[in-house]
Amino acid sequence: MHARAEATEEQAAQWPDEIFAILQRHDVRQVPYVPDAGHSQLINRVLGSQTMRGIPLTTEEEGVALLAGAWAGGQKGVLLMQSSGVGNCINMLSLTQIYRFPFLTLVTMRGEWGEFNPWQVPMGTSTQGVLELAGIRVLRASHPGEVRDVMEAAASQAYNALTPTALLLSQRLIGTKVFVK
Amino acid sequence: MSKANLKANLLDRRQVVSALLADRKDALVVAGLGASTYDLAAAGDNARNLYLWGAMGGAVMMGLGLALAQPKLPVVVVTGDGEMLMGMGSLATVGLQKPGNLSILVLDNEAYGETGGQVSHTSVAADLVGVARACGIADSKDISTLGEIESFANAMQDTSGGPRFANVKIDPANLERVLSNRDGTYIMNRLRGALGHAPI
Repeated sequence: MHARAEATEEQAAQWPDEIFAILQRHDVRQVPYVPDAGHSQLINRVLGSQTMRGIPLTTEEEGVALLAGAWAGGQKGVLLMQSSGVGNCINMLSLTQIYRFPFLTLVTMRGEWGEFNPWQVPMGTSTQGVLELAGIRVLRASHPGEVRDVMEAAASQAYNALTPTALLLSQRLIGTKVFVK
Repeated sequence: MSKANLKANLLDRRQVVSALLADRKDALVVAGLGASTYDLAAAGDNARNLYLWGAMGGAVMMGLGLALAQPKLPVVVVTGDGEMLMGMGSLATVGLQKPGNLSILVLDNEAYGETGGQVSHTSVAADLVGVARACGIADSKDISTLGEIESFANAMQDTSGGPRFANVKIDPANLERVLSNRDGTYIMNRLRGALGHAPI
């Protein structure tokens, strides 16, 4: 049993749906992702959507290149991943500056806020710094009540101002994963 | 045919890309970094070309994003064996999405030509056609003649028959560099403009 799964169920009608609605309003079409439990509700909404295409990846960097191609073809997208995936993207993030396309990624955080698994901590600790060094602006949401506002800002600056942006969804928000035998 | 016999008949990479694009019509073309981008430039600059000078391993994914956004247009990715090896997982992602309008052609010189000709995995063991087929791209084949390149060029115009993948063993000679534009923002916006998308 995961506390994270319980938290997701409790919040089933709230912040993931608010994120989905904002993505819809910005006419987002391609949604590449590497799954994370914290993104599961949003991924389900995307897979059930008539206008968005959910695109499972083998590694997160694929999503950066996919979104560059999508923009070349006239479509917007958003990349969903976990904090560990940020490390897999570093060189490919060059494309956000080189091609200057609207890049938005939503990153569910691990390695913080009561983390049980030490293997998540190094990448979780450096996630924000890595993104910023790669030229990505970082916003963060830690409480359910602030997700909509922060997501509005992230989507607006990414899609309207072509400012490459990452929205970190804190482990405090999505619920710390609990490991029991 | 033994490998030694094949070597004598290897195709010239510039001829391959010229033949592929001789009658490209409205096709959108993505070229992987290094020699593939020079080959695309040598075949003639075009607003519908997306050149890469970096982002190694990303060519097929860029082609996929483009193909999904423009399903009525042929999209072709031309890249090298080293670039394809780095993005091998993207073949599994393409195999899952199965875009009918996406074609991938690998120019396989079995080496990293841009960095001194160090041998690549395809020189001994890796079979990219086998990888592509095992990833769900049923139309995957080896190509060794210009006639087959012409057939592939015709097939890529069929936007419902893909995805398709072909690997062509080419002469490993390093040719004179033909430099494309390398200002990514210009290349991106020029392509968008050709598709009717206004600047933001």
